[in-house]
Amino acid sequence: MSTGGGAAGGRRAWLVLAAAALLALAATAYVLRAAGRGGAATARPAAIRLDDRGRLLFRNAGSNGVLASVPLAHPGGSRVLSGLNCVRLYASAGTGVCLTVRRAAVPKIFAVILDRGLHEVRRVQLPGAPSRARVSPSGRMVSWTVFVSGDSYTSPDLSTRTGILDMRTGRVIESLEDFTLLKDGRPYRSPDVNYWGVTFAADDDHFYATVRTKGRTYLVEGDVTARTMRTLRENVECPSLSPDGTRLVFKKATGDPSRPWRLHVLELRTMGEIALAETRSVDDQAAWLDDHTVLYGRLDGGATNVWTVPADGTGAPRLLLRNAFSPAVVR
Amino acid sequence: MYVSAGLGNAARAMRVWRLVAPNIVALGAVSLVTDVSSEMITAVLPLYLVLSLGLTPLQFGVLDGMYAGVTALIRLAGGRLADRSQRHRLVAGLGYALSAVCKLGLLAAGSSPVALGAVLAADRTGKGLRTAPRDALIAASSAPRDLGLSFGVHRTMDTVGALAGPLAAFAVLWAAPGAYDAVFVVSCCVAVFGVVLLVAFVRDPSIRSVPRAAMSLRPLRRPGFALMCLAAALLGACTISDSFVYLLLQRRLGIAAGYFPLLPLGTAASFLALAVPFGRLADRAGRRVVFLGGHVLLLGAYLLLRGPLAGAVLLACVLTLHGAFYAATDGVLMAAAGPLLPGPVRASGMAVLQTAQALARLMSSVLIGAAWTAWGRPAAVTAATAGLGVAIVAAWPLLRAVR
Repeated sequence: MSTGGGAAGGRRAWLVLAAAALLALAATAYVLRAAGRGGAATARPAAIRLDDRGRLLFRNAGSNGVLASVPLAHPGGSRVLSGLNCVRLYASAGTGVCLTVRRAAVPKIFAVILDRGLHEVRRVQLPGAPSRARVSPSGRMVSWTVFVSGDSYTSPDLSTRTGILDMRTGRVIESLEDFTLLKDGRPYRSPDVNYWGVTFAADDDHFYATVRTKGRTYLVEGDVTARTMRTLRENVECPSLSPDGTRLVFKKATGDPSRPWRLHVLELRTMGEIALAETRSVDDQAAWLDDHTVLYGRLDGGATNVWTVPADGTGAPRLLLRNAFSPAVVR
Repeated sequence: MYVSAGLGNAARAMRVWRLVAPNIVALGAVSLVTDVSSEMITAVLPLYLVLSLGLTPLQFGVLDGMYAGVTALIRLAGGRLADRSQRHRLVAGLGYALSAVCKLGLLAAGSSPVALGAVLAADRTGKGLRTAPRDALIAASSAPRDLGLSFGVHRTMDTVGALAGPLAAFAVLWAAPGAYDAVFVVSCCVAVFGVVLLVAFVRDPSIRSVPRAAMSLRPLRRPGFALMCLAAALLGACTISDSFVYLLLQRRLGIAAGYFPLLPLGTAASFLALAVPFGRLADRAGRRVVFLGGHVLLLGAYLLLRGPLAGAVLLACVLTLHGAFYAATDGVLMAAAGPLLPGPVRASGMAVLQTAQALARLMSSVLIGAAWTAWGRPAAVTAATAGLGVAIVAAWPLLRAVR
């Protein structure tokens, strides 16, 4: 393949070989170092229980993020790490859900259902990258949202799929798209409908979620038994119901690309909403610390941290946990 | 019979190899290595962004869309710059080098969507910059009657790289689970090697002292070239984008999403097998005929998507036709344009032609997306199929009139 004649061509070939060897050496050295780093970070399996009241469960950040726990009273204290890799997690009343990815040439994604002793009791294969996970207050209903791989990742109109699992009957509803949607009172059908971010009411039947169609997002109120949902209001994403069942914390699109979402709280009785004191963009389905405080993961530079902010619009955000995501309070 | 067929193939391969200029092989090797590098990134980027950084596709998609138009302009600028300076290798090399640096930029960008968007835009700028001068180099390095074959060989090597890239990425992640930074570093090393190959082995046959008068873009205004751009844009505007084709297959066949990334491999395998034969066919039977014929094959794929076939047979037929469409059109269009463009403005002309086609395809994917949303999937496919049929009939007189 050399193009120069004789000695010049030969010298060039040697230089290229030397360059190839150097680059291969650098690449190999980096990969080996990275492999060693991965080994050191593996956690020892530890006794985390899903019924230890007063503890906070979360995803301990890092590319091999594992389910971890700290005492709520001392969030800065030492973290107990499990051996479970979870991209998103949630738990309530002794039922846990961990959305996990088995890395392989064709990655497989699962919702792993956990009992109070953190043992796997069920595994559901999911059709895409984990986005949201939730368990009903009683621990009976589990829901997840994934990004459906297949649509172009870079297309702004991404596809999501949201499923529900009833732990009592064992039935899986693979997609909320199978339910009837009433938009402004009338049955609505469109191929571009996407749902995400389910939150359950205390009766294990009613739920809230987000639907997007024709470029607009709406809050829906749903009924699992009747397999219906109806739209309530526009521009509400990833709702999360307060423990007393009276308010939803949600992210509201701002229209400002530099900070796309702001956390708001919606009073369900009056349908009045207030902006929370967190002014930085939050892309998470928030959770409730108690009836007055919400907690959420936030992207701060290169890391994800868990913050809290009062639910009434007063006060200021407070850093709770560094290098953490997907917080869930064990009640 | 088995043995003799094998020997026949080997002998044919040897003949093909001898017909191809060393410079084409060198350019093909550069593209192969560069594609390994860039496809390593493409394969892991979604997982990296969503799983490691926690970005949502939406956050990222908005940024990405903003830069789509910029790439088209950069490509025109790259072609013009290469022609003005008559340093095609230098301009192409700058494009390759910029993309190599961007692989490390991904590390530096951390998880800031703005910085990530900027790095990916710079990466695409590099790609836009190098494409037209590289194709002009291929055209200038090849005997006019073997242009189709030369482009076929180049595109085949390019595709081998595109296939090897994801495998390389998975190998790195297998050795160091979850270490996306290692994928970026290895990808950067591979890209740098591509630049080394370019500097060491690619010759620049362009003439340095071109009279100013020859630099005029007037040849691009000749009716022949304009007709070809028009035909390419017309056909491009009726082409369903790849991701839609795969999505349609997935919906028809209920393919598990985990296997979705494997569908493009089917297209690539068909392309790999057919790019060289179709290139040769184009040199003998006429490049414009083969270019149009490729679109007829695509029409066949669309009809199958609405037809009675099902299961693995449908999958195999559609992917084979889809790959055959690219094999008959991608390099062949450049080979057809080569003789219409005098050397001093060749890169500019190729950039204009590629941009016309790319913008038309972009428009078509927007239209088909809208039709899908408004009318549903079957109606959108029917509309696209009818549109392509009309475009083929309309493009033939245009292509025949090209002189």
